[in-house]
Amino acid sequence: MELNNPALPLETAIATKLDEAIGWARESSLWPMIFGTACCAIEFMSVAASKYDISRFGAEVVRFSPRQADLLIVAGTVTYKQGPILKQIYDQMSEPKWVVSMGACACSGGFYDNYTTMQGIDTIIPVDLYVGGCPPRPEALLDALLSLQKDLRTNKYNSERHKDFKGALDNV
Amino acid sequence: MFENITVPSDKIHQFIKDKYEEGFNYLLDITAIDYTEYVEAQEEEFAVVYVLRHENFKQHVVIKTYLSKLIIESVSYLFKGANWLEREVYDQYGIIFKNHPNLRRILNHKEFVGHPLRKAYPITKGQLLHEVDDLIDEMNNRLLSKEVVCKLDDGHFSECNKDIMFLNLGPSHPASHGTIRTYVALDGETIECAVSEIGYLHRGFEKSCENHSYNQIVPYTDRLNYCSAISNNIAFVKTVEDMLGITLSERAQALRVMLLELSRIEDHVVCLAAVLVDMGGLTNYWYMYNPREDIYDLLSKLTGARLTNSYMRVGGMTNDLYEGFEADLKEVIKKVQYGVEQTLSLIKHNRIFHDRTQNVGVISKEDALSYAMTGPNLRATGVPFDMRKDTPYYGYEKYEFDVVVGSVGDVYDRVMVRFGEIDESIKIIEQVMKNLPEGEVSVKDASVTLPTKEAVYTTIEGAMNQFKLTFEGVKVPVGEHYGSIEATNGELGFYIVSDGSGTPYKVKVKAPSFTAMSAYPEMIEGFQLADAILTLGSLNIIAGEMDR
Ligand code: SF4
Repeated sequence: MELNNPALPLETAIATKLDEAIGWARESSLWPMIFGTACCAIEFMSVAASKYDISRFGAEVVRFSPRQADLLIVAGTVTYKQGPILKQIYDQMSEPKWVVSMGACACSGGFYDNYTTMQGIDTIIPVDLYVGGCPPRPEALLDALLSLQKDLRTNKYNSERHKDFKGALDNV
Repeated sequence: MFENITVPSDKIHQFIKDKYEEGFNYLLDITAIDYTEYVEAQEEEFAVVYVLRHENFKQHVVIKTYLSKLIIESVSYLFKGANWLEREVYDQYGIIFKNHPNLRRILNHKEFVGHPLRKAYPITKGQLLHEVDDLIDEMNNRLLSKEVVCKLDDGHFSECNKDIMFLNLGPSHPASHGTIRTYVALDGETIECAVSEIGYLHRGFEKSCENHSYNQIVPYTDRLNYCSAISNNIAFVKTVEDMLGITLSERAQALRVMLLELSRIEDHVVCLAAVLVDMGGLTNYWYMYNPREDIYDLLSKLTGARLTNSYMRVGGMTNDLYEGFEADLKEVIKKVQYGVEQTLSLIKHNRIFHDRTQNVGVISKEDALSYAMTGPNLRATGVPFDMRKDTPYYGYEKYEFDVVVGSVGDVYDRVMVRFGEIDESIKIIEQVMKNLPEGEVSVKDASVTLPTKEAVYTTIEGAMNQFKLTFEGVKVPVGEHYGSIEATNGELGFYIVSDGSGTPYKVKVKAPSFTAMSAYPEMIEGFQLADAILTLGSLNIIAGEMDR
């Protein structure tokens, strides 16, 4: 059954319940694809290791294959040379998908304001959550994960949210 | 011991050849300098600089030549490592190397226009890349050199005279440790030919140095080899201190030694954890990675940051040890030893580990030297070059420790050398802590280090001093200097050109990962695909340092 089917009366009992059920299921089975390029990726290793242990939140099935993942974590500096690769990975992920930008570099270029560093990955792909820090502490990334999960639980995300996004590498 | 020599450009080629014959056959670095905005008039606008080390490892020479035309003879037939180094100079400065086998960009992407390290190139002028390089022509040349002839159809390989499959390893691949790409031609499972593409993490460190003051650069150095930030800090500030003629107090020197060795441990544990995961041994990851967390805790307490510590300053370091540091350090060491012990008990007599690593990804002594590999990767081939022994600094000669060497130069040796080095580093740390001298950790020199907070708030001189140092930076005398230390991955050097101001005119990093990676394609040819993954892991390629 199509959940967002406009033919259905809004807020039918079954649709609401199903949405909730799906939100709950999604919340605790996020499969991250980690696009780790630099120092921030080393902090991601800590997030995955036993002290911080991302599996406590049901997101430990780290996939390096975008087609199997629904959460893209971009950890590290993204240069112009990586642009087309990141975009391709994003495009290969199937909906619904979410993007977390981890660290100052991915968010804004960080302190690399120069000829080679992209000034934020939202130049080319849409981002749902920005995590500040250089690098962010593991707790900060876990916090981002928790807030994403909360939004999933409450069905805050709609699939149309990035409809109008147009990145620098789109349609070229 | 070192010499600086300037040679006219028509003699340079012969000169390098003569030096090579004399025994200077270990090429550390090649770089160029754009003098167009320099304070002192120079012979020509551009110069090329070679840094060579003698085969006794104790001396090095810095050879400079001014170019009237931006073209110079390639030395890639003498040194295998020159191939990539010359490509970088071409990419960054636009200097042509005659008779170079493959002169193309290496760090910047293929659609890039201009040469970013020229002074005329604006620092913030970014250029988008729309499509990645297909590496077809590079691969084709490589195939032809092995007598594999493939037809090219519309930019793709079609039929070959051998049954070949083409595959991209990376740039985004779980085992590529960052973004590194290797394009391989497979005959069954065996790698027939390989070409690597780097530069994905080229984030403009060297250009960014040109608009930051010396102390502002320290945080950037953290992010070169981000697995052991402090050792990069030390390599950089030590070079600057050498230029300033500063000698640190005994305490500061001893602390730096201790921190260098702690960084070495920190770096080796993560490399070993990762290489064993690549092999499928996940258990050890927890054994090896958890002590790293303990090191993080210790360093956060000491420096305020887990990973990117920025602990060093020109002339010393931000603060002295905190009370109770020694006890904390002892605990951490115990945990490291436990992790190493447990991991070794898993692999030492493990048949799978031996079969997967022995005689795999081999590089000979001669090749390793020709590629100017350094550090544990070089020592694994049996060459006992270690700057801590050959050109000691900070009193390394006082400490008792062994240089760990391998014999074959395979993955096994590289892994085991790192395990051995962890033990040696612990020995050094214990000796340092036993006899830690008293004293200041920073030099007291108003032109180098900041005054105390009290002086800033209560005296006019203090306030002025703070203001000037913060805004103008430490003024380094006009000149050029190459300085290096034995960092975790080997000889990490900085070539700094100063114009007398508080900002360097030029900085070039001699990065151990860069030279190791240049050897990688040749190392994996003839081995199986799965071996290529282990070989990469065992070389400990850190993209931040390689691509800068
Ligand atoms: S944000 Fe900082 S730690 Fe993260 S990749 Fe960038 S420089 Fe490295």
